Amino acid sequence: MATYLEFIQQNEERDGVRFSWNVWPSSRLEATRMVVPLACLLTPLKERLDLPPVQYEPVLCSRPTCKAVLNPLCQVDYRAKLWACNFCFQRNQFPPAYAGISEVNQPAELMPQFSTIEYIVQRGQQTPLIFLYVVDTCLEEEDLQALKESLQMSLSLLPADALVGLITFGRMVQVHELSCEGISKSYVFRGTKDLTAKQIQDMLGLSRPAVPIQQGRPLQTPEQPVISSRFLQPVHKIDMNLTDLLGELQRDPWPVTQGKPLRSTGVALSIAVGLLEGTFPNTGARIMLFTGGPPTQGPGMVVGDELKTPIRSWHDIEKDNARFMKKATKHYEALANRTTANGHCIDIYACALDQTGLLEMKCCANLTGGHMVMGDSFNTSLFKQTFQRVFNKGFNGEFRMAFGASLDVKTSRELKIAGAIGPCISLNAKGPCVSENELGIGGTSQWKICSLDPSTTLAVYFEVVNQHNAPIPQGGRGAVQFVTQYQHSSTQKRIRVTTIARNWADAQSQLQHIEAAFDQEAAAVLMARLGVYRAESEEGPDVLRWLDRQLIRL
Amino acid sequence: FSLLLPQTLPYLVDHGESGPIRCNRCKAYMCPFMQFIEGGRRFQCCFCSCVTEVPPHYFQHLDHTGKRVDFYDRPELSLGSYEFLATVDYCKNNKFPSPPAFIFMIDVSYNAVKSGLVRLICEELKSLLDYLPREGNMEESAIRVGFVTYNKVLHFYNVKSSLAQPQMMVVSDVADMFVPLLDGFLVNVNESRTVIVSLLDQIPEMFADTRETETVFAPVIQAGLEALKAAECAGKLFIFHTSLPIAEAPGKLKNRDDKKLINTDKEKTLFQPQTSFYNNLAKDCVAQGCCVDLYLFPNQYLDVATLGVVTYQTGGSIYKYAYFQLETDQDRFLNDLRRDVQKEVGFDAVMRVRTSTGIRATDFFGAFYMSNTTDVEMAGLDCDKTITVEFKHDDKLSEDSGALLQCALLYTSCAGQRRLRIHNLSLNCCTQLADLYRNCETDTLINYLAKYAYRGVLSSPVKTVRDALINQCAQILACYRKNCASPSSAGQLILPECMKLLPVYLNCVLKSDVLQPGLEVTTDDRAYIRQLVTSMDVAETNVFFYPRLLPLTKADVDSDSLPAAIRNSEERLSKGDIYLLENGLNIFIWVGVNVQQGLIQNLFGVSSFGIGYLAFQSTLPVLENSFSKKVRSIIDMLQAQRSRYMKLIIVKQEDKLEMLFKHFLVEDKSLSGGASYVDFLCHMHKEIRQLLS
Repeated sequence: MATYLEFIQQNEERDGVRFSWNVWPSSRLEATRMVVPLACLLTPLKERLDLPPVQYEPVLCSRPTCKAVLNPLCQVDYRAKLWACNFCFQRNQFPPAYAGISEVNQPAELMPQFSTIEYIVQRGQQTPLIFLYVVDTCLEEEDLQALKESLQMSLSLLPADALVGLITFGRMVQVHELSCEGISKSYVFRGTKDLTAKQIQDMLGLSRPAVPIQQGRPLQTPEQPVISSRFLQPVHKIDMNLTDLLGELQRDPWPVTQGKPLRSTGVALSIAVGLLEGTFPNTGARIMLFTGGPPTQGPGMVVGDELKTPIRSWHDIEKDNARFMKKATKHYEALANRTTANGHCIDIYACALDQTGLLEMKCCANLTGGHMVMGDSFNTSLFKQTFQRVFNKGFNGEFRMAFGASLDVKTSRELKIAGAIGPCISLNAKGPCVSENELGIGGTSQWKICSLDPSTTLAVYFEVVNQHNAPIPQGGRGAVQFVTQYQHSSTQKRIRVTTIARNWADAQSQLQHIEAAFDQEAAAVLMARLGVYRAESEEGPDVLRWLDRQLIRL
Repeated sequence: FSLLLPQTLPYLVDHGESGPIRCNRCKAYMCPFMQFIEGGRRFQCCFCSCVTEVPPHYFQHLDHTGKRVDFYDRPELSLGSYEFLATVDYCKNNKFPSPPAFIFMIDVSYNAVKSGLVRLICEELKSLLDYLPREGNMEESAIRVGFVTYNKVLHFYNVKSSLAQPQMMVVSDVADMFVPLLDGFLVNVNESRTVIVSLLDQIPEMFADTRETETVFAPVIQAGLEALKAAECAGKLFIFHTSLPIAEAPGKLKNRDDKKLINTDKEKTLFQPQTSFYNNLAKDCVAQGCCVDLYLFPNQYLDVATLGVVTYQTGGSIYKYAYFQLETDQDRFLNDLRRDVQKEVGFDAVMRVRTSTGIRATDFFGAFYMSNTTDVEMAGLDCDKTITVEFKHDDKLSEDSGALLQCALLYTSCAGQRRLRIHNLSLNCCTQLADLYRNCETDTLINYLAKYAYRGVLSSPVKTVRDALINQCAQILACYRKNCASPSSAGQLILPECMKLLPVYLNCVLKSDVLQPGLEVTTDDRAYIRQLVTSMDVAETNVFFYPRLLPLTKADVDSDSLPAAIRNSEERLSKGDIYLLENGLNIFIWVGVNVQQGLIQNLFGVSSFGIGYLAFQSTLPVLENSFSKKVRSIIDMLQAQRSRYMKLIIVKQEDKLEMLFKHFLVEDKSLSGGASYVDFLCHMHKEIRQLLS
């Protein structure tokens, strides 16, 4: 047997999963004594060169509360064409398509090397990717020029059928119509007025006769044609137009009367969110915000436009002296929540020497899985190359990004899910395997990740619930299954299923096993995440103290 | 009564940095009636008698008659009208104004596009922009231009010269209007010519397939106002509008036309604006110097009374083309537009009338806004706007000194120069009533009475207004009879020489569409005429109320003179002649049934009128014969005299259209119940006798 180090590495290579403990303590009591919780780092879209996706639907466990996917750990009765779910022990009939299986003729998902497998499913309509640029025009000439060039360059990196849109903002917010000939047309909004999504859609002329939406899930109308929007057009159609338009972008022409230029970032984002909400809900879309300074007017304003009022400092925030902070944060949080509800994501590229109000806007990127890039100027290689990298392609020429993912975690009954930390939001899916104790975003077994790339990693925390007096038989294994449904960058809908199992060990008798299987790197990351998560809601010193204590106890 | 025609070309006087010389107390401006005393070191004000030091730089010696030696060199000492160059103290915010701007705001809703109006306006603007008013010797006009189109939303255009193509910016937030751009909206015509032309080419194309029928109105004015505010200048909006603004927006109107209200106490509401929103908007416009000219092309009721409020209070003009049709109305509209764009204009004007002791200016009539009782404020004014001022005695006037009036008008010229125009008038006073009656002017009196009555309909029922008018005239005439006329039998009607036409003119005022509407007169027409008359001068009211009727067949084809006008009565028309009638808005050509074939051939180029020929004819064909030439030259001459291009209507005797024509034969009994001249004269006589007995 190879060392644990190799084992861990191999596991990560194959499944994109790293556990803090690779041999699990078999009872709750013992687990709590270990201090570092049983948890794992999951990289749902771990790039796998050797993983060809299969072109059929996964087979699910028939128990409604379980619905685990058929996996190599299941016991299969080839003669009776039955399989037993390894999570709930339900016995299931194979579907008719599996009639020909036998020990020698196994479907891929039953082979041990396919503990991670990817399915391509033909479900729902396929909409092209959407990129909505939201560009600040209150920049220095040099910066704006650099940004314009970067944006123009980015057009050539997009897939030809991707939809692009452009919103510029300064004192006003302009939504550009991209399909016009001869005259460039844009819809203009005042930067100080907060509009509801309905108002925005009305004003942009996007309102359609109301379709009754049933509670919970939107109506599935597969033959519904792709709504052609004037503001979002396929790249190949308007490549030239948009390049010219970007080229003609001027600095915000409004005179700066006193101090800072008026920047209506809040309204611009709100319009971007509203626009996508009205046109392409529940499909992969990226709002890319490029800003060169703090929002100075309207909802979401972070600092007043007078020069004499400097942007809030750390000191102000601690003393509760940051006038606009609460309101602004609330505005951006509301926006972020709407965005996640639609499965879109927001990237923030903020380049300025001073602060840009990322603190208030952070939830936009955090909750939606967007990128957040901070630089000194758009005219630096830092920004240029980072931006280029966003559009990097993977080994098979596909974008390294995916959208609208939902992660479903299933556990065997000795384990419960305590929570997750990462760029995700809870889907509030309660179930028998959800723990009452929360670590991170808990109380659910499903999370939504609006945007992810091959390196997006979530920390998932578990709780061992097995009681001390009900020992697990020697050689018993606990299993966890991660089911990630997502929209691939090629617009296909895919499901990736990763099923892993680890041995149980009695902490008293086999402590050395457990110790040896401790992954200190993973544990450090997991603890760090917990620490940061706590820091958001608690006072700084308290968190530090907690971290210290944990370390010592360990 | 004093009538002021602001835009002739007076001398411009510059008194240097300290500004025009004025009386210390009443602030009257230097004028020929100021008395210089103490060897020219001081002057005594002719209005308030206060003595003011002459500033050193203005000092001049007096000659033996007490006149200054430079009397004839200085317009302000020798002329009745002249202009001062104002200093920075006379400017808003103590800042010299920037050159004004013209903003063209075009309705692009379905109606406007379908009738071909949008295309027509855009075509015309291309050439018209070369003729913007400019100051005397300037190379090019200082006026900047901007363009907006609108239906339910507004479209602004960026026509900055550096752009390859114009940019359109849509503002759909009509509830809270703002201007989306600053740089590139108002531009110099020559610099941005290619972009503007390309824009005007594209506007008709862009909206060619529009299905939008609803329009907004108040946000359009607000947008113009905001644009001028942002550019910190005064200016004029040219709004081309087609329908009642029913789209959801501030200033939204509903159709409230109701003919049943006529002759009831509620009739006055038809002349009042629906909401006070427009009054407030007008106030804001005046404060910014934003004048609104309104071109209306209605196919149905669009509430001129409300839409016109802003235009009226900002000193703008309304032009109305009901049932606009490209073929027939194109010439009229384009001529009006050309004249309107090209005419000399002033902006952001304030007028004050000062008088010598004994009389006082008490009331003003015209298109303007007043925030207090003395200052007449106008966002814009031009040569077609007249203000009637009512003066009242408040003390004794002496025969020696007479009465002095000074009207000072502060305005911004079209090049952005701040100026003061001063008009002075010295009137003699008399002690004898007979002298008074001998020196009165009936035309002016009618102008005043008409304006007074037309304002009255806003607040009282039309019947009350009519009775008041009759009563007032009866008083005037009875007073003459009692105090001046030589004794004669009671049954005899005696009128002063200067007022012998008062009854006939007054009857015309009483019969006018505003005060006595016929069935075919729309509410909009009445509101339109009411506002029109309010800014008319004497010549215009004269011909408007008593149209000019010329026998064309009697015209001397060899001379330039007009044929002698005849009285407006059907009895005067002969079946064998052709007549022309004009009232400042329309020209009628009436053709008798027995007119010789040859004349018709000569004038119209056809041997006889086919069915429908007349209705579609808005111009006379150009024919090479002396009669045709003469008639056309008469029409051209009349058109040139009037501030608006008149609509030509050809009427054949015993034709359906003749009803319309007969409406203007004001001495006859009218269909709407207006009395004939003879009947009215009898009625008047009765009133006078009642007053006397």
